[in-house]
Amino acid sequence: MTVVSATLRAGRGGRGERGRLGALGMAAAGVIVLAVVLAAVGPILTTADPNASDITHAYGAPAAGHPLGFDGQGRDLLSRLLTGARTSLLGPLWIVTLSMAAGIAVAITAAWVGGWLDSVVSAVLEVMFAFPGVLLAMLVAAVFGPGLNAAVLALAVAYIPYIARLVRSAALAERRKPYIQALEVQGASALSICVRHLVPNLLPIIAAQATLFFSYAMVDLAIVSFFGLGVQPPDADWGTMVGGGQSGVLQGYPAESLLAGGCIVVLVVAFNLLGERLSEGRPTSRPWPWRRTRAVGAA
Amino acid sequence: MAEQIKEPILELAGLRKTFGEAVAVDDVSLTLPPAGAVAIVGESGSGKTTVARMIVGLERPTAGRITACGRDRSAPPRSARERRRRGGEVQIVFQDPYSSLDPRQSPGAAVEEILRLHTSLSAPRRRERVAELADLVGLSDRHMAALPSALSGGQRQRVAIARALAAEPRILILDESVAALDVSIQAQVLNVLADVRERTGVAYLFISHDLAVVRQIADDIVVMRHGSIVERGPAARVLDEPGHPYTRLLRASVPRPGWRPTRKEQEKA
Repeated sequence: MTVVSATLRAGRGGRGERGRLGALGMAAAGVIVLAVVLAAVGPILTTADPNASDITHAYGAPAAGHPLGFDGQGRDLLSRLLTGARTSLLGPLWIVTLSMAAGIAVAITAAWVGGWLDSVVSAVLEVMFAFPGVLLAMLVAAVFGPGLNAAVLALAVAYIPYIARLVRSAALAERRKPYIQALEVQGASALSICVRHLVPNLLPIIAAQATLFFSYAMVDLAIVSFFGLGVQPPDADWGTMVGGGQSGVLQGYPAESLLAGGCIVVLVVAFNLLGERLSEGRPTSRPWPWRRTRAVGAA
Repeated sequence: MAEQIKEPILELAGLRKTFGEAVAVDDVSLTLPPAGAVAIVGESGSGKTTVARMIVGLERPTAGRITACGRDRSAPPRSARERRRRGGEVQIVFQDPYSSLDPRQSPGAAVEEILRLHTSLSAPRRRERVAELADLVGLSDRHMAALPSALSGGQRQRVAIARALAAEPRILILDESVAALDVSIQAQVLNVLADVRERTGVAYLFISHDLAVVRQIADDIVVMRHGSIVERGPAARVLDEPGHPYTRLLRASVPRPGWRPTRKEQEKA
């Protein structure tokens, strides 16, 4: 959720976020906030246990206290969707956070040190590009056993090259700017220049990209769960629910697959729209408006 | 002459820089006396900026020696402490005032960061020093607290000068530092520079293609072309009685009263 709040805060500029994000961008942000709130307060909204199975209600129609009806094992669909929202949002969040942290560290180091290190890093990234993320996640699940953690870790590794490539080229351009070179001439340490100046000035690009990657991660994780290699039953997850609802679709009860699939589609579209709006029309030279620097010498 | 008696504070000897096949700087030697002001002039691509970048350590010389404050700096620094010490000896102000400040950092914070790097002053003492430096370059507290985007080009360039001076360097390199400013702001910044030199005793290495600016600020002039020095001498002599044809060409290219662009003449004929 830090990514979501970060990207939302990114819009708080002098000219107003509405003007820059546009109506669609604002709507997308609204959908995301709503999903996060629902996932957070889900258990308050429904009293039904998402894992309590009552076979007499299998594929049961909506009833009092069960507004969306039941799945094939007689479990309450609404409460499963709401608890599924948590894994479906937290999984991609972990993927994006981990891959961003590693990708940024690798890219900044390569861009700063340059020379042979940069060549080696670029070559390794090229090799990693050749390996599809979903395939890697399934391979890891096959070797280490299925589960959310393995899938998240594998996808995080698979996303590193995409993030590293973007951050590296942005960092190379930024480090040639005189304000960075002035700090080098002053004798400031590379670490302090990167942490205090270089990375903060790349944050707008990074935040926009993180939002886009969140949507990719959501789809990839859903695919892995769909094949039964991600979140394990009986825990709810939208990807697992789409997969688990397949037999229902064949028997004429498509509600579970459709509802879970719909949730994925709506959120992926929302993250995509927001990510595109954030990366569009953002001149990199504009001051990042998160924080006004404290006035100095104004005593 | 005075500079031959005094030990030079900056000495370049046989400096050379090649980028692949291209020779950017070839056998450049010059000396800068303490509190002196030497200008390197030449057209774009004459290698003058490369000389400046080698002196501050942003480029590594292919051959030759750079000595500043009696210490060799031809090779990259070997320790963090040496890197900081070099920063306290030579500073540079770049040409482009728009990208020479961190857009996220107020000038006050930028100058204070340099003070933290080079001095062990207490926080209140640092704030005093920031105010002193702002005063030196003619900036108000309000300017020092604003974000760079709220400042004009001239104000930003003065911030860059204050930041460079925060390290209390003995040598300040001004790499086309007023070229991007309009004429009245140029005059302001040049006055600030003359004032600073008088008050702090800093030596200037002025890199410029603008002979009018050079005449105002430099004691001596070095003329560079295609990476080599073609003429050198006291500013007034080089500008008034140029010896080398290239210097005469540079001088003739400066617009002045009675100057007619050649194309117009041809059209008339």
